[in-house]
Amino acid sequence: MRIAVVVFPGSNCDHDAYHAFKHVLGVETVFVWHKEADLRGADAVVLPGGFSYGDYLRAGAIASRSPVMDEVSRFAGKGGPVIGICNGFQILCEAGLLPGALMRNRGLRFICRDVFLRCETSGTAFTSRLSNGDVIRLHVAHGEGNYFATPETIVRLEAEQRIVFRYCDPTGRLDPEWNFNGSLEAIAGVLNEGRNVLGMMPHPERMAEAILGGTDGIAVLGSLLDYLESLPLKGGKRGEVAREAAGAAQKGAEGTKGASGREAGGRCKAV
Amino acid sequence: MVRDMTEPVVTTELAAAHGLTGEEFARACRIAGRTLTYTELGVFAVMWSEHCSYKSSRLHLKQLPTSGSHVLQGPGENAGIVEIGEGWAVAFKMESHNHPSYIEPVQGAATGVGGILRDVFTMGARPIASLNSLRFGRISATRMRYLLAGVVAGIGSYGNSFGCPTVGGEISFHPCYDGNILVNAFNLGLLHSDRIFRGAAGGIGNPVIYIGSRTGRDGIHGASLLASAGFGEASEEKRPTVQVGDPFAEKCLLEACLELMKTDWIVGIQDMGAAGLTSSSFEMASRAGTGMRLDLDRVPRREEGMSPYELMLSESQERMLMVVCRGTEEKVQEVCARWDLEAEIVGEITGTGRVVATFGGRVVVNLPARPLAQEAPVYDRPSKPPGDLLARRTLGLAAIPLPDDFGAVMRRLLSSPNLCCRQWAYSQYDQTVRSNTAVRPGSDAAVVRIKGTPLALALTVDCNNRYCWLDPYEGARAAVAEAARNLACAGARPIGVTDCLNFGNPERPEVMWQFKEAVRGIAEACRQGDIPVVSGNVSFYNETEGRGIHPTPTIGMVGLLDDVDRHAVQWFSAAGDTVILLGTTREELGGSEYLFQVHEIENGSPPAVDLEAEGRLREAVIEAIGRGLVRSAHDCSEGGLAVALAECCISGDEAIGAVVDLDPTGGSGEAFLRLDALLFGESQGRVLLSCNSEALAEVLELAGRHGVPARALGSVGGDRLRIRVGGRSLVDEKVAHLSGLWRGALDLLMTGPAVPDSPGGQGEL
Repeated sequence: MRIAVVVFPGSNCDHDAYHAFKHVLGVETVFVWHKEADLRGADAVVLPGGFSYGDYLRAGAIASRSPVMDEVSRFAGKGGPVIGICNGFQILCEAGLLPGALMRNRGLRFICRDVFLRCETSGTAFTSRLSNGDVIRLHVAHGEGNYFATPETIVRLEAEQRIVFRYCDPTGRLDPEWNFNGSLEAIAGVLNEGRNVLGMMPHPERMAEAILGGTDGIAVLGSLLDYLESLPLKGGKRGEVAREAAGAAQKGAEGTKGASGREAGGRCKAV
Repeated sequence: MVRDMTEPVVTTELAAAHGLTGEEFARACRIAGRTLTYTELGVFAVMWSEHCSYKSSRLHLKQLPTSGSHVLQGPGENAGIVEIGEGWAVAFKMESHNHPSYIEPVQGAATGVGGILRDVFTMGARPIASLNSLRFGRISATRMRYLLAGVVAGIGSYGNSFGCPTVGGEISFHPCYDGNILVNAFNLGLLHSDRIFRGAAGGIGNPVIYIGSRTGRDGIHGASLLASAGFGEASEEKRPTVQVGDPFAEKCLLEACLELMKTDWIVGIQDMGAAGLTSSSFEMASRAGTGMRLDLDRVPRREEGMSPYELMLSESQERMLMVVCRGTEEKVQEVCARWDLEAEIVGEITGTGRVVATFGGRVVVNLPARPLAQEAPVYDRPSKPPGDLLARRTLGLAAIPLPDDFGAVMRRLLSSPNLCCRQWAYSQYDQTVRSNTAVRPGSDAAVVRIKGTPLALALTVDCNNRYCWLDPYEGARAAVAEAARNLACAGARPIGVTDCLNFGNPERPEVMWQFKEAVRGIAEACRQGDIPVVSGNVSFYNETEGRGIHPTPTIGMVGLLDDVDRHAVQWFSAAGDTVILLGTTREELGGSEYLFQVHEIENGSPPAVDLEAEGRLREAVIEAIGRGLVRSAHDCSEGGLAVALAECCISGDEAIGAVVDLDPTGGSGEAFLRLDALLFGESQGRVLLSCNSEALAEVLELAGRHGVPARALGSVGGDRLRIRVGGRSLVDEKVAHLSGLWRGALDLLMTGPAVPDSPGGQGEL
């Protein structure tokens, strides 16, 4: 199993994602430079947080047109799982791989804090370790995370159960106060139509060790690993299978329910 | 040399306009052996500016203890370096960007962060943690809110984008900063202890490579005219001397430099910060005892028609000067190209001891490196204590009534500008990027783990400017003692200091006296605590129309924890825990925040610091935390014991109450103290601990063994903070209410009714 972390020149959570997958979860992880057009046989791709090209234009706008993104699109088109975190979410929206856009936060200030997320759609490639209504605590750090989409898009996202996370209070109740960045419908993370591409503003990789304040991030990252694990091996090359597995996300996740984020935290190697 | 007829003739008057005295100009001409060219005049002006040469402070800074068995690099380089074990070392430094931030807060603060980041990664370190120390005037003024909002946004915009977490800092307000705010930026980077890079231009024939952003006209004379003179009516006109930051360019520069530093191609490297290409070329040649030839025509530039004067003096950001081994130029350029950075060969190392710059085939600078860099003028300026010192220190306590309602005082203090929660500011900083932050802003010290090791660092910045105004010597000692106490409360042992000494005009004897007293205090406290000062910065001329700031010697201190899992935070977390106070409370109200907020009095002597007792206190706290005996540790500082108790209750994720009963003698067993001194006095050397009942006896035994007075005050729990003295209830407040006041205050202060701008009130020296 191999995870690729894409590195844009202004990525700054690339090391965090690498550390969480490689040292906390113990999975082979490689960096892929943005000028490369080869995902190095990865089974899943991470677009990490940061300020990919300085983000002086719109966050993610330039990155979405960089060479590696053609390859990421192809990979996603074949069903390969892709997770975009923070700036990665912005890039996925700019690249058209996810619907909607991320505007400046309500209040127009950068915000760094812990937030609570309610899982709205369990059983995806990224949420098999969660049940609907589960509340996890993650960290956010962004200036442009205010999710927006047309009413038609929102209706469709709802109908197709593609809203994965919503900002909520610690008990799981939706509350405008806790929707700190003003996102439409308190949306914190959405899936693409194929259900294999997730974009989310909060950082699961920064909440993957108790020493950093919590391990709820493992619920998301670990679900992805469970999903990859569940794919049938074909010719010994799991990566090939992943790319052919469009739409298999839900099915694949069914057998791996159980460990919640917190429980999973105990499994990680503390570094 | 032939004078370029388009350039001004260099005269004594022109030199004076550049900030050089007649004597300095004569000395410059003697060094050159002839009349200076216009560009050379600019070079002398910046190299001998207060900001670059430390000419007024150098003599006194020699008192500071700078060595130690773990110090790998002391002052004099871009940053100091201390070894921490497991093959690692940390490089750190603090620097001021006061004047630019007052003129243009967003860019001023942003480039302050950018500059300190470069100072750190120039040494071969990857920046992993930032702090900042900020001082503002009255927050009720419209302009002050604009400055605060701008500075915080600027710090955030640069650090967040660059990808270095801001893990702590301090903000305080006083009318003396109405005309001169302070923006002190601290950064720390991690490096392999055997891979240190320095700014020395060795190896005759080696090429000199310019890397990074192009040179523009921004920041010309930032160091000499902006940072080395006070403000007057024309301050707004100085806006063009403020640089503009590009954190994305800096991020690319960092990655390219770190990649190059893995090779053995680099001989020396220095950033082009204050005084730009001038200081980097002269200082690098001077340190190595070599010379440097510069071809200014090859300097990448963003504007047409730039003169050699402008090219030498520009303070455009995100640029590095690198000396590499001959033959590796192309490989260096390849790495830079990967990061889309320009890398231009602009010169080479010579054995002449001189920096020679040519432009359009003409020699425009031909000067010896050493006399400009390391042999700049040194002044022993006259000093004398301020005339009203005695009056300042006189405090008639008898005439000050005791409060009727101690709970009301508590509420007022917790919602006051200097004591309220700083979440409004630090929520705008990325505190956790790089996933190392074990304790975020809001505790006594931040804690950052070192991946792959059990080690962690604790970081803090401290200074009480009012104490320093009353007594710069005692105030400076208190700043060092408090910083060290903060680190101890996280469980860390101090390993090094960087200081940022902010003062008024050194040509005024009263200011010079403050400076000398403060340096004496820092030196003594650091020597006593065996904490080397490995880097630092002096910022003079923080005054407007003759009115100077309080002396503000900010102390940045770094501590080491052997085991990251054995750290402490300041807040109570478990009902039933016992609250313990270490140290003794005395009747010390002088310079307290309580007197200022409630009685509008700033007089008195600041609380006395017993350095020896502080050392024992630290050892006791570090041992208690290291053995896992205590659940929290918080030092008592501004606002005294009562405010510290409230902070223990409300600064965690969830507010929790406590019931305590204080000894009316403050633990001395002697006379009863005034109740306001007992609750709100700021006696030094006190720490609040909480522990479970099984550990209590051991904690008390441990304190006794270290010779530290310790007393169980009460217990954690419930939803109210109750403070009793000898059975009488003085404070009984719902913690949720206190928490709301404390957390919301800065937001309210920023949006509440503003008063029109007014010049600095009480701000004499």
